[in-house]
Amino acid sequence: MIELHDITKVYHMGATEVRALQGVSLSIRDGEMVAIMGPSGSGKSTLMHILGCLDKPTSGSYTLDGAEVSRLSDDQLAVVRNRKIGFVFQGFNLLSRMDAVSNVELPLLYGGANNRRKRAMEALKRVGLADRAHHRPSEMSGGQQQRVAIARAIVTDPAVIMADEPTGNLDTTTSAEIMHIFLELNFKEGITVVLVTHENDIAQYAERIITLRDGLVHRIEQVTNRSGQDVLKAALPTRVALRQSR
Amino acid sequence: MNILESLSIALQALGSNKLRSSLTVLGIVIGVAAVISLMSIGRGSQASVTSAVQAVGSNLIFIRSGAQTVGGVRGQQGSAQTLTLDDAEALADPIAAPSVVKVAPELSTFARIVAQGQNASTRVVGVTPDYMDVRNLILAEGSFITDQNIQARSAVIVLGATVAQTLYPESSPIDQTILVSNRPFRVIGVLAPKGGSFMGSQDDMVLAPLTTVRYRLFSQRTAQGAVNVQLISVQVTDEKQIDSAKEQVSIILRERHRITGDDDFTVTSQQDILATFAQVTGVLTVFLGSVAGISLVVGGIGIMNIMLVSVTERIREIGIRKAVGARRRDILMQFLIEATTLSVLGGALGVAVGWGLAQLFATQQINGQQIQTQVSLDVVAMALVVSVMTGLFFGIYPAYRAGKLDPIVALRHD
Repeated sequence: MIELHDITKVYHMGATEVRALQGVSLSIRDGEMVAIMGPSGSGKSTLMHILGCLDKPTSGSYTLDGAEVSRLSDDQLAVVRNRKIGFVFQGFNLLSRMDAVSNVELPLLYGGANNRRKRAMEALKRVGLADRAHHRPSEMSGGQQQRVAIARAIVTDPAVIMADEPTGNLDTTTSAEIMHIFLELNFKEGITVVLVTHENDIAQYAERIITLRDGLVHRIEQVTNRSGQDVLKAALPTRVALRQSR
Repeated sequence: MNILESLSIALQALGSNKLRSSLTVLGIVIGVAAVISLMSIGRGSQASVTSAVQAVGSNLIFIRSGAQTVGGVRGQQGSAQTLTLDDAEALADPIAAPSVVKVAPELSTFARIVAQGQNASTRVVGVTPDYMDVRNLILAEGSFITDQNIQARSAVIVLGATVAQTLYPESSPIDQTILVSNRPFRVIGVLAPKGGSFMGSQDDMVLAPLTTVRYRLFSQRTAQGAVNVQLISVQVTDEKQIDSAKEQVSIILRERHRITGDDDFTVTSQQDILATFAQVTGVLTVFLGSVAGISLVVGGIGIMNIMLVSVTERIREIGIRKAVGARRRDILMQFLIEATTLSVLGGALGVAVGWGLAQLFATQQINGQQIQTQVSLDVVAMALVVSVMTGLFFGIYPAYRAGKLDPIVALRHD
């Protein structure tokens, strides 16, 4: 699903050069759930932005779901973000003046889809928030807002969900709930999930942890005792066959 | 992402901050209302001048003695009074002047009129029977001057509506005797009210036979004893014949006066007069429109200002939209439509307010004259088009700025 080969990213802040990524290579399988960790300054935010097609690498290649996306134009990247990627942010990033279902609809609006309301309501059902469809973000708790954000991320049936510290603003109980939703989406529907976090507890929900340091891949490890095993066991009977690739 | 969806997104964004949207719209409303109401005054004055000129009669040309000084507008009367009653009769010749229907010469003076202890100082116009038709006058009571009155130089008089009202407010003046410059005249008719025209009030005057005025009220003889007239009004068959009529009349007069060099008379048509007035009121209208247009520009700047603030306030929102797949042009469209919606709303409201103001102005007076206003459709259409363009023009820069935002930077903004 994702192939990164020797990705570098260099910023120019006035006269100085900042080498955020110095040659990152990794691959992520279709349907895998991966966590990316690292201290601040390790380049994990930059990597996330590149993975999420919000930014372009200075050099190297990035193949997403079979397509080379590192040299696309801004408009083309916007289409990739719309169709193939669902983003979940630490700060939820919902539009405060719109209700939940309108927020979830947003990607469909820019993608030119027809039965937007219906699909948005279905996405809200999948995250268990159908009864709150017409509430505004200000009328919801943090956990509920993040669920709306996840619904928005999956409404376009993306290939990958990218989550940047998705539980950073939530308490422990709610964080667990949110991670369970990611697990279900990944395990039941086969959506690839890439998670950036600095909390080890959260990283333990993933299958693999990729650790960055100073702009390079420092370590890759398989997670031996994944959290949320009970969720996975409960979901086993209803597991859907892996989606066809787009 | 079509126009309708962009429009609904834009409306939703505007609706979520109604106070700010209203204040922004206010600038355009004032601008458009100013344009509409001020131009309505300009148009109204044009219309009232046109109707005033046309109230004098239709398809008329006017011949005055003396050479023309100022184009079209009532020029200076020449020192030599060269037009005569005989000239007028010659102009009525159907063979030499086929475009001429009727001819109405006149000779005016001011005199004091005394009746029933009341007196009035008013214009006394010496006329012939055709004057009534040529000038579109209607009798309220009694009868008009006849050929016989002309022949006999009868001391009869027809009162204008205002004069009749002043001297005989209660009773009928018919067959009463009044003194005109201390000479007794018998009232034979009263005119119906007609209103003002560019040639002075048609109600504040009295009419007497031309010959009577000439011989009894003042003496202006030419060397040969002919009767001088100041103005000959000529009714032309129809609009299209006006230029031919002017030619025919000039030819006849030149022959009669044995003119070799410049004419000693001036021929003007109502169209000439209207054209001159149209120039003046046209300039006035354009001037008023421009002044108002300036306020529209200010309103547009207000829109740009608010849109820029709006963009800055919504940097994060723009980042979110871009992160879920909005392209630069989607964002640009959204903000451009927001700006244009504001300006179109302002334009529509401004038209309504401007119309209301025009009605208000029409109830007021300047220098005793009722202000005329006319809200014409072309001004309304123009104002609406201009307000759309204002929104587009002043909205493009903020929309462009919004579109250019980098999503990563935008998402970090608070």
